[in-house]
Amino acid sequence: MKAARFDYEKPRALADALKLLAGGGGMAKVIAGGQSFGPMLNLRLAQPELLVDVRGLAELIAAGEDKDSVTLGACTTHAAIEDGRVPDATAGMMRFVAHDIAYRAVRNRGTIGGSLAHADPAGDWVSVLMLLDAVVIINGPRGERRVPASQFVTGALATVLAEDEILTSVRIAKFSPTARWSYYKFCRKTGEFAEAIAGFVVDPARGVCRAVIGAAEGAPVVIADASPLVGNLDQAIASKATSSAGFQPGSYEFQVHMAALKRASERLQ
Amino acid sequence: MKPIKLSVNGKTVQAMVEPRTHLADFLRETERLTGTHVGCEHGVCGACTIEIDGAPARSCIAFAVACEGASLRTIEGFDDDAVMARLRAAFTAEHALQCGYCTPGMLITARDIVMRLPEADEARIRHELSGNLCRCTGYVGIVRAIKRVLAEQKITESKT
Repeated sequence: MKAARFDYEKPRALADALKLLAGGGGMAKVIAGGQSFGPMLNLRLAQPELLVDVRGLAELIAAGEDKDSVTLGACTTHAAIEDGRVPDATAGMMRFVAHDIAYRAVRNRGTIGGSLAHADPAGDWVSVLMLLDAVVIINGPRGERRVPASQFVTGALATVLAEDEILTSVRIAKFSPTARWSYYKFCRKTGEFAEAIAGFVVDPARGVCRAVIGAAEGAPVVIADASPLVGNLDQAIASKATSSAGFQPGSYEFQVHMAALKRASERLQ
Repeated sequence: MKPIKLSVNGKTVQAMVEPRTHLADFLRETERLTGTHVGCEHGVCGACTIEIDGAPARSCIAFAVACEGASLRTIEGFDDDAVMARLRAAFTAEHALQCGYCTPGMLITARDIVMRLPEADEARIRHELSGNLCRCTGYVGIVRAIKRVLAEQKITESKT
């Protein structure tokens, strides 16, 4: 359980980090909190030649808000969100989610941007940021670009992030005062990666009624109009949505995702 | 090899490290601080939990090279800590350890619970402890020990 040999750099400026990535010939990888990447390195599932540590970059640490949204630097830790040390756009939803990610020792190090860029379908932020219709801000040698979270994740451990780009921050629209939300995940053991995830955001003032089914085979599935699933869950539509996430009706995975969707719907306050 | 300078249990340490050396190996093999135990080496078991800049973290999935400038505190650094002294006594009284392998990580997590969550009930204690595995005790003694220290703390506070 020792990582294969690699070089390590901790640049002080975003431009330097981008240069290191560009010069890495595809064998350089960004590391932030390292709570998923660290185990992958120790297990030798990943064997990069160069690690570029981005935790020192000001752009990735900053958190801010304006009238309509909150922007969180990619290196914002789960613990900072859990403790309310950064602004919350979501009436407590993100704090609730952060509290249940892995364990406190992991939350103290793990970051929202790292989790999203890693794109493990069973990770929480992938599903939540898609549900929240967040905007992912990416910097690279060709400048800055902004991608909706729902287009950022393309599959299991797959994103639109190029080898020479860095995810710098995420922007989340603020809930209106009447917004309601729910989030339910099923884990075999507290803190483990989820076997099923479901969540809702109902915010009529913004015209939002969305749901997400996560911990799927590939990218989470967003239901842009979730009104048939709110209140009395429409079984046929729930079943169709769960099938579209890649599960065979009758299978264990199908049932557990249906149950998560139902429980999330019931918990919508 | 890369040079690093960091603080370990209040002492400044300078060393040359290979980037791939994880922090637990650095502490045990270079600094001879063998109180930090290495269990699963992929961030699951919690035996290697130490404090980095005042917050619990897994030392097996942090790399020593990435801790330049950091302040580390291992179980050896808590010898004179009043809360840790109470936890050690409570772990003894409640039979919260048997083989002792998980104990250094358990104590650091337990101290974090006592310091950060003074109102924690049993359910919360168990939730917070879920990242530290113990194969001997069944957790009953560990949970009781933490409850005991939380209760002692409340009595001390109400007197002052």
